[in-house]
Amino acid sequence: MNMTSHTPTAYNFGFLDEYAKKEVRRAILKAVSIPGYQVPYASREMPMGRGFGTGGLQLTLSLIGPGEVLKVIDQGSDDSVNAVNLRQFIEMTCPGVSTTTRTAEATLIQSRHRIPERPLTGDQIIVLQVPYPDALVVVEPSEDKRKIMHGEADYSRLLVKLYEDIVQFDEITISHRYPTRINGHYVIDPSPIPRWDVPKLHHSRSLALFGAGREKKIYAVPPHTDAEPLVFTDVPFRVEDFRDGEGRRRACERCGCADSFLDEFVDGSGEKVYQCSDSDWCDEHLAEANQGVTA
Amino acid sequence: MGYVAIKGGGRAIAGAAEVTEFLRAEQGEGSEPLEIATIVHQLRHLVSRVVSEGGVYHPEFAALSIKQSLGDTLEAAFALRAWRSTQPRLLETPLLDTANMRLIRRISSAFKDIPGGQMLGPTPDYALRLLRMELIDESPESFRAVARRWLAELPEERLPDSFPKVLDALREEGLLPPVSEHRASVAFDITREPLVFPVPRCAALSTMARGETGSLLGIAYSNMRGYGDVHPTVAELRVGYLPVLLPHPVTGELIEAGEVLLTECEVVAMYDAAEGGGKPVFTVGYGACFGHNEVKAISMAILDRALQKGMRDGPDNPSEDPEFVLLHVDGVDSMGFATHYKMPHYVTFQSDMDRLRTTQRKSRAKESA
Repeated sequence: MNMTSHTPTAYNFGFLDEYAKKEVRRAILKAVSIPGYQVPYASREMPMGRGFGTGGLQLTLSLIGPGEVLKVIDQGSDDSVNAVNLRQFIEMTCPGVSTTTRTAEATLIQSRHRIPERPLTGDQIIVLQVPYPDALVVVEPSEDKRKIMHGEADYSRLLVKLYEDIVQFDEITISHRYPTRINGHYVIDPSPIPRWDVPKLHHSRSLALFGAGREKKIYAVPPHTDAEPLVFTDVPFRVEDFRDGEGRRRACERCGCADSFLDEFVDGSGEKVYQCSDSDWCDEHLAEANQGVTA
Repeated sequence: MGYVAIKGGGRAIAGAAEVTEFLRAEQGEGSEPLEIATIVHQLRHLVSRVVSEGGVYHPEFAALSIKQSLGDTLEAAFALRAWRSTQPRLLETPLLDTANMRLIRRISSAFKDIPGGQMLGPTPDYALRLLRMELIDESPESFRAVARRWLAELPEERLPDSFPKVLDALREEGLLPPVSEHRASVAFDITREPLVFPVPRCAALSTMARGETGSLLGIAYSNMRGYGDVHPTVAELRVGYLPVLLPHPVTGELIEAGEVLLTECEVVAMYDAAEGGGKPVFTVGYGACFGHNEVKAISMAILDRALQKGMRDGPDNPSEDPEFVLLHVDGVDSMGFATHYKMPHYVTFQSDMDRLRTTQRKSRAKESA
C-alpha cells in the first residue's frame, strides 16, 4: 500500500464522526429521561488514554457547536496538565469554539473531580469524567447482577456497608464518589468529586452529565432533580471538615475565602498551608479583595 | 511559591513530547531512522501483535505506530485503534471460509495424518533459544544473501496453496456437534454496540480477537493450570493469508479485495453429555486473530471453550465468566486505566485524608475515654 496516499486527513469537527455524535446524543436524551440510569453506549477510542476523560470528552464533543464557550478543569484548576491536554485537543478539533477559565462565562464545562464553587446556571451544562460509573461496584463486582439490583432499587448491601463503617469506625469512611440517590430511585456514583460537591447536584439549575468512556456508560442528573446522598436518618451526611485544631474554619492562604474546598500542601518552609482548589473561584475572590483595598 | 504545583501544564506537556522525540533520535550522527518497511518485515511479530490488538489490518500504519511509540506494543496498538475509530464502517464482508487460506503453516496435534499433511512452516517451536552472536554485526551483504539463497533453493514441486480443515473430518465422523443452524444474521459489532451481558458468542469472539495478548494468555493459563477444566487438543492451528471478498459496488458480485494475514486455532476438548439426551460429542473452542500470533489464537480458543461452558452452566472459575474475561482483556482499556493513576488525584486524596483524620481522632477519643 502506498503510504503517501494517506496524507493525514482533516478530522471531522469535534473529531468524532456524525454517527458517533448522534449515538452519544441519543444516549444523553435517554439519560436525562431516566435520571441516574446508566445508559450503555459504544464508546469510541479517543486519542488519549482511557481513564483520562475519554467519556467526558465524547459528551463534550457531541454537544459542542460553534459559538460554544468551553471551560475545562481538572482538580478544580484550568491549568493542570490533563485539563490543558483536553482543552488543546478540543480547540484543535473544534474550530470556532472559544475557551475560558471563567466559570461564569462558560456554556459548557468539562471537569474531573470537582464541581465549580460558583453555583451553575440554567444555561450551563457540566460534564463530569467518570472512572467507575456504578456505585454498587464496591459491594457487587458483576455488572449483570448490579443491573438487576438497580432495576429493583435494591441498595440494601450499600446501606449495610455504610452501617458496618459506623460500627467499625464510628464514621462513614467513603471520602469521595459518595453514593447519591437520584430522583428517589437510582443510586449513582457521582464521579470522584469530594463530598463537598455532592450537595451542588441537588436541585441544581444546570444539567449534569456523566461520561464513563472505558466502562461505556452515560448518565445524568437533570436540573431541579433530587440528588440525595445515601445516609441514615440519625447519621447526617457530612462534607469535608476544614476546621483546625481549635475548631476555626481554615481559609485560603491566597484569597482568604473561608467557604471553599481547600487543597492542602506544604510550603517551602515546611508549613502546612491551604488554598482554594477551584482556581477561578480563588482568582475572583482575590480580584474582589484587591478592589476592596484600592477602593 | 506557585499557586498550584501544576501551573505551566501546557509547557510541561510540550517539553515531555520533545524529550521523548529526542530519545527516539538519541543515537545521533551517522544513525538511520527506522524505515516502515524494515519494521513491517523484520519485526513481523511485533507488527502482527499491533494489527491484532489495534483491531484494524493495516501493517504499514501498525509499523508507523510502533516507530512513534518507540516499540511500546500497548501504546502502538492504542494509536492504531484511535485512528481506526475515526474511520467509517463502509460495509460488511460475507462469511469468509478459512479453508481458502493461502497457508504458510498448519499443524494438528490431534492426528499424525491429517488430510493434506502437517506443514511446520515458520516457527520457533523447535528452535534452540540460543543467542545468535553472529547477528550482532550482521553485514548487509550476508543479510541480503539469506533471502536470495532461500528463494534459489525452493523445490520445483510446489505444495498446494490451501488445505482442507481438520475439523471437517472430525465433524464427518460425528465426533463434533453439528454446525449450529441458529446463528445471528448480523454479526455483533463491538465497535458500534456496547457489551451488555449476556452477550452472544460472536461478541465474545470479536472482543478477544482484539484483546491484549498477555491478558488473554494470563486468563487462559489460569484455566489450563487448574482454575478451569479445558484440557484442549489443538485440532488445527493454521497461519496464512485469507482472501477478503467484498461485493462489487455495481454488480454486487463477490470480488477479492485483498488478503489478510491470519492465525486461526481450533481446539477440541473432552466431551460433555449432550443436552436433551443426544449422543455425547467433543466440544470445540475457536480462536482467530489478525497477524501471526499463535499464543494469542490458542489462548483465545481455550477461553472460547471455557466461556461457552460458563454461559451454559454458570461460571465455576474466572476464565469461564464472560464478564470477567471480556471486560478485562482489552489492552487499550486496561493500560489507559493503569496509566490514569499517574494523573493528579489531589482532591480525592484530600477527601481521603479528611476521612482518615476524623476516624483517627474518634478512635483516639475513644481510647482516652
